[in-house]
Amino acid sequence: MDIFIQQIINGLVLGSIYALVALGYTMVYGILGLINFAHGEVVMLGALTAYSTITGLLGLGVPLPLAALAGLAVAALLCMAVGYTVERIAYRPLRGAPRLAPLITAIGVSIVLQNGAMMVWGRNYHAFPNLVPERQYDVFGATITLLQVLTVLLAALTMAGLMLLVLRTKLGRAMRATAENPAIAQLMGVDVNRIVSLTFVLGSALAALAGLMVSANYSIAHYYMGFILGLKAFTAAVLGGIGNLAGAMVGGILLGLIESLGAGYIGDLTGGFFGSNYQDVFAFFVLIAVLVFRPSGLVGEKVAERA
Amino acid sequence: MAAAPASAAGRAPVSAPIPARVWVAYAGLALLLALLPWLVGGVLGLGNAWLRTLNFAVLYVMLALGLNIVVGFAGLLDLGYIAFYAVGAYMYALLASPHFGLHLPAWAILPAGAALAGLFGVILGAPTLRLRGDYLAIVTLGFGEIVRIFLNNLNAPVNITNGPQGVSGIDPLAFFGVSLAKPVVVAGITLLPLAATYYVFLLLALGVVFVTLRLENSRIGRAWVAIREDEVAAKACGIDTRNIKLLAFAMGASFGGVAGGLFAGFQAFVSPESFSLMESVMVLCMVVLGGMGHIPGVILGAVLLSLLPEAFRYAAVPVQKYLFGHVVVDPESLRMLLFGLALILVMLYRPAGLWPSPLRKRELKRSGP
Amino acid sequence: MSAPLLDARGVAKDFGGVKALKDVSLSIAPGEIYGLIGPNGAGKTTFFNCLTGLYAPDGGGFTFAGAPLKASAPHQAARRGIARTFQNIRLFAHMTARENVMVGRHVRTRAGVIGAILRDPRTRAEEAAIARRADELLHYVGIADRAHDLAKHLSYGDQRRLEIARALATEPRLLCLDEPAAGMNATERAALRTLIAGIRADGVTVLLIEHDVKLVMGLCDRVAVLDYGQLVVEDVPAVVQRDPRVIEAYLGAAPDEAGQGGAGEGGHA
Repeated sequence: MDIFIQQIINGLVLGSIYALVALGYTMVYGILGLINFAHGEVVMLGALTAYSTITGLLGLGVPLPLAALAGLAVAALLCMAVGYTVERIAYRPLRGAPRLAPLITAIGVSIVLQNGAMMVWGRNYHAFPNLVPERQYDVFGATITLLQVLTVLLAALTMAGLMLLVLRTKLGRAMRATAENPAIAQLMGVDVNRIVSLTFVLGSALAALAGLMVSANYSIAHYYMGFILGLKAFTAAVLGGIGNLAGAMVGGILLGLIESLGAGYIGDLTGGFFGSNYQDVFAFFVLIAVLVFRPSGLVGEKVAERA
Repeated sequence: MAAAPASAAGRAPVSAPIPARVWVAYAGLALLLALLPWLVGGVLGLGNAWLRTLNFAVLYVMLALGLNIVVGFAGLLDLGYIAFYAVGAYMYALLASPHFGLHLPAWAILPAGAALAGLFGVILGAPTLRLRGDYLAIVTLGFGEIVRIFLNNLNAPVNITNGPQGVSGIDPLAFFGVSLAKPVVVAGITLLPLAATYYVFLLLALGVVFVTLRLENSRIGRAWVAIREDEVAAKACGIDTRNIKLLAFAMGASFGGVAGGLFAGFQAFVSPESFSLMESVMVLCMVVLGGMGHIPGVILGAVLLSLLPEAFRYAAVPVQKYLFGHVVVDPESLRMLLFGLALILVMLYRPAGLWPSPLRKRELKRSGP
Repeated sequence: MSAPLLDARGVAKDFGGVKALKDVSLSIAPGEIYGLIGPNGAGKTTFFNCLTGLYAPDGGGFTFAGAPLKASAPHQAARRGIARTFQNIRLFAHMTARENVMVGRHVRTRAGVIGAILRDPRTRAEEAAIARRADELLHYVGIADRAHDLAKHLSYGDQRRLEIARALATEPRLLCLDEPAAGMNATERAALRTLIAGIRADGVTVLLIEHDVKLVMGLCDRVAVLDYGQLVVEDVPAVVQRDPRVIEAYLGAAPDEAGQGGAGEGGHA
């Protein structure tokens, strides 16, 4: 039983991070119908920037909480700037171009960001400092760390804030209108370009937070970390129904749970034939199963025809 | 191969005479292709590394043409294409290496690899082909990753793939008893292994070009393009879209399977690392960058994208030494960075690809799509 | 009346609680031009989509040429001999006009991958026949001079004609036209009318959805009126246009105009 609970806890932590990243994919897809392939690299930039800022400030004797906050702020600002620039340079000129063209520029951006990061931070793994005291709590025989609690809480708060923004504010209404039909939204006086920029900026800020969380939880930052994380988060977004905010959150959490439970139990289930090294397979099997049996995703209600 | 440039052949009246200058161009191209190993190795003095790159470029031409059937003709976005390459490669590796002690001949394995890859294509396609474009892309991506993860982990409890270490000591390619691992003497001319391999690859690649050209201007090819253009209308025209799409998947996959087998025999070593998502993406870039659906464009894309990163690799160190006196940044990341930038720039300035089909080009000039 | 070519029995279709079609039964005789009219949203196109297999009806079904039609299998409907055009023209935009029609021959031809690669005499002969037939059909609908233009560059009227040529290429016994006159000027309409009459004269039964009452009343042998998914009346044009329910449901707004439009030609068939 305690293993089960432990895997649930691990899954929730992993899942809330996936959810944050998935939101970035889903917001952009909802509005532009574009898979922002480079989003995972923004997460990576967030993690590495936070790493450098925090270790730098700690070296100067700045107290840890202050350094952590500064790290998050600097990472968020940098990621927002990168997200904004990427949209302006690589995606905006290609609106209305053949559908695959922006996908290729996205891949190009992804390669540039990844290798740019490698130039700056090198090929090595960087040990990420502990941001919160290593405190542990017992929950039904399983342990949960303070860091894990904070991660889940912070992710939940951020997502609640985002939902409020989208559902309750004028800006959110403009975003929803643009997602529904950009041309009509434009006619109704919505500055679609501004909304698109804002979407990228918002998504990138979430990515920075997610980057910090990943690195804090796994104590590591690396130039290559964004790729597989982005892939998983995108899977989560599709799982929940891409273009749908609630779907991204549900999909993220679910994927986290599936992965950690799957990895925890696959050995028993297959009589030791498959081990936990198949963890990454679950994400994709689940994804394929969902898409085949419920192509609009778990939460998705409409499948907008986008040519 | 006698047809005029691909896109024109089906559209112009069949009997249109081919102008003399086109024949001259073809003859020149043929001569260039035939002499390329000497040009690269001897005249330009670039050495074996570039000959290897050249051979890989030819392999990539096959891969890109296979993917072009799926993406360019039928309009199905496939992000897991490299899985079929992997299937072909591992098929060869397992049936012709000390790993299982099997040493089957290449002529038997390559077609079997193509068939198995084609079967994989059908298995993947059957449940997923009714999905919309982007979803299909993600499912295929997931499939590609699943194949790679299995290759990585199927070394325990039963050692099938030898896991991350990969399979080594693979038998070199040999045809009609002539091994490509030793110098080959043809008509008194001694061909070094790399050059001999080049000619074999080139021959097979020309076969692939021939097949795709023929398919493009056929009943099946038209059905693929019809599905790409408007699936509902295609159905209303009586096209069994499911089967025709599966056919595209299977055809594309089998080309990948052949290329994979050649890769394994050429490298003498395969490991899961060679079949990452980045490889799928790379082949897709070749197709899109060259000019989706346009066979000469796709070939150009494949050649450019397999040569350019290598060129950057050789340029990265000397250029830095010249500019700064020493190596400032890691040449490996610099070349990939430049490559990424090139992808972005080409798409920004030529969104239909470097060499789109003449019809499509006209299209882009007249209006946005 | 001889045995019907198409017999629809109790066809029903719901869209999330909205009954788009309610128990629609009608039958079309071979060689007829059969009109299907009704206000916007009456279910005409939904009926088309059920008939041609794009939708699966929720109730009832179709019998075509004596055998039941399989639901939701558009390519099989085409094979059985039902071809259609679309209200919002669906051509293969980046193929030439000629290639569009050639695709229409798909269902009546056989060459596969092997044939395509080997180009054996049989495949070559088939391919030549496809091209020849495409040219004939382009000529038949009057756009032979646009054969090598991309479909999307044809004028609106020519695109409608091309769609008809593509549908005819499947050798249909029943040709379903969804608002073929929409967006056409008077000259184009007159030419379209001649074309449809010619198609019927060549032995193809025509099912016509159209808003242009004058065209329908003048051209059709029989007309059915749909309103709110229900069949209101099915009869010869002269009777239909005097039916009070029809006048109320559809022609109500301008009975005089409708009466005048069809009066002189009502008994034509």
